[in-house]
Amino acid sequence: MTDNTRQKQPSFLEYQGRYKGILGWILSTDHKRIGLLYLYTMLFFFSVAAILGILMKTQLLAPGETIMGPQTYNSFFTLHGIIMIFIIVVPGLPAVFGNFFLPIMIGAKDVAFPRLNLLSWWVYIIGILIVLTSQFTGGGPPDTGWTFYAPYSFQTPTNVLPAVFGAFVMGFSSILTGINFVVTIHRLRAPGMSWLKMPLFPWTLYGTAWIQILATPVIGITLLLIVAERMLGIGFFDPALGGDPILYQHLFWIYSHPAVYIMILPAMGVISEIIPVFSKKSIFGYRAIVLSTMAIAFVGYFVWGHHMFTSGMSGRALFTFSFLTFLVAIPSAIKVFNWVATMHKGSLHLHTPFFWAVSFLFVFMVGGLTGLVLGALATNVHLHDTHFVVAHFHFIVFGGTGFAFMGAIHYWFPKMFGRMYDAKWANLGWGIFFIGFLSLYLPMFYLGMMGMPRRYYDYLPEFHGPNILSSLGAWVMISGILIIFANLIRSARSGPRTSEKNPWGGKTLEWQVDTPPTLENYDEIPRVDETPYDYRDYTGIDNPNN
Amino acid sequence: MSEEKTHIVPYKTQIVVLIVLLILTALSVAVTQLEFGSYNTLVAMLLAGAKSVLVLAFFMHLKYEKKLFPVMVAAVMVIFLLVLFVTFFDYSYR
Repeated sequence: MTDNTRQKQPSFLEYQGRYKGILGWILSTDHKRIGLLYLYTMLFFFSVAAILGILMKTQLLAPGETIMGPQTYNSFFTLHGIIMIFIIVVPGLPAVFGNFFLPIMIGAKDVAFPRLNLLSWWVYIIGILIVLTSQFTGGGPPDTGWTFYAPYSFQTPTNVLPAVFGAFVMGFSSILTGINFVVTIHRLRAPGMSWLKMPLFPWTLYGTAWIQILATPVIGITLLLIVAERMLGIGFFDPALGGDPILYQHLFWIYSHPAVYIMILPAMGVISEIIPVFSKKSIFGYRAIVLSTMAIAFVGYFVWGHHMFTSGMSGRALFTFSFLTFLVAIPSAIKVFNWVATMHKGSLHLHTPFFWAVSFLFVFMVGGLTGLVLGALATNVHLHDTHFVVAHFHFIVFGGTGFAFMGAIHYWFPKMFGRMYDAKWANLGWGIFFIGFLSLYLPMFYLGMMGMPRRYYDYLPEFHGPNILSSLGAWVMISGILIIFANLIRSARSGPRTSEKNPWGGKTLEWQVDTPPTLENYDEIPRVDETPYDYRDYTGIDNPNN
Repeated sequence: MSEEKTHIVPYKTQIVVLIVLLILTALSVAVTQLEFGSYNTLVAMLLAGAKSVLVLAFFMHLKYEKKLFPVMVAAVMVIFLLVLFVTFFDYSYR
């Protein structure tokens, strides 16, 4: 096809389909528009949950009641957790960047089932509406925390059942997306793209999709058991009916621990994309990263019990889960070594996505190593249910998935919107965010070790100092987020236009299609005969537009 | 896809499988009268597993599909069994 006819193809943003205006978005089966629908939904709810978080940290600025009482605090941390986990980080990277870039990166025109893809977004929205209903009706917002532990969740008069049901419905959205991605990767890879020529982000999406398909039904079964217990009086979890509350914890974590890997695996994929591009060096140990991805996905199923070390499990179960937890650290560490080795002697280009990637490495390692402290039985007894745990999982979930999400949006932004963001504001936002993040969560490790429990609106006066630092850190971090969001939103609306196909010098297929991509991505499906990160031809001369 | 062949299972096979399934179902009910102690769950799961294999293989045509599909289903079953196995490290030794 000639260049003249190619220019007539409108981008997916301009393409006028059957419907106009907002209907052209919410009824679109284009994987790129669906990815952006998820992005906008998540950004909105992230803002809501972040406001809840900052209000909680403000409450903890001083001992005693400052801006809210215990019941409000309990509801706030529950809603903060439900939104952040089920609405944002579980669908997170696969729903936004997986939808947008998976077909493009494997040389396909769309996912295997485009209508199912749109249905996934609608199911996700229905799940959100059900969760929101639980906040404003009946017995009021749940106060159990996002884990809904029995037996308290059966005794509280608050609206637990609708919240669990909402999470269950959102789980269906995850399963449908997972099925779609597995079939897409199996059937729609470009000619020549064998499994070991597939880029690493699609690989991590593949591992994630299997977890979504296999682990998510467990939360559905758990919900049905809850309904059977409440409606029919069959004892599953309630000791008064002959049930076992620890069984609830088993079932909850059989889903929710693999869900952590649903969150972190795509983040590892994003980092594996960013680091070679900005190091101008082939990724170190491609096969090791692929194998460790699948190893994490597999072993990740069997470590759920490390959330339950103090719940009264048998001694043998404790040893088994502790051993398996240490085992899963190995493939994670392999990835870190590979990323660092990729940067070694590379030609490092200090752009915003790279800053996010290297800061991801730092916070992910802090989160990972403190995870080992919690995975060891003896130290876990001391630290269980303290602020140490809160700090650890925020380093992994927010520091891991969140930093990778920010890295991804700054990396792929010009491709997605056909506009460029202001790099100075983006870098400033990153710096402030990073300082705020560390000030917010590092004191929590200390507080936890000193014995400050989580999920209390009050604390002893001796914990005041680190709490002040942590609360101030929260405000600094929010300032960074505001700068980043303002910069991205302004740039998406009125930033300088770019049609540069490959602004960063990437080697994967998304950098060969138009910016922004056309409706069907490719006029002709490309043939792929090379590995995705081959920088042996890098001469040291960059694109002058960089 | 149009070039893929569909396999038609003969009525005789379908009926034999149905009879075996009915026998296994009757067996599932019958064994509840026997006391196997801590192996109760194992016996129930073995019978349920046998029925599932028959349904998957003949009624859902897994026996006649490409090798990849039975391998994937088997992998899923292995993960499921391992999850049960690990869970019983708690229940068997508590």
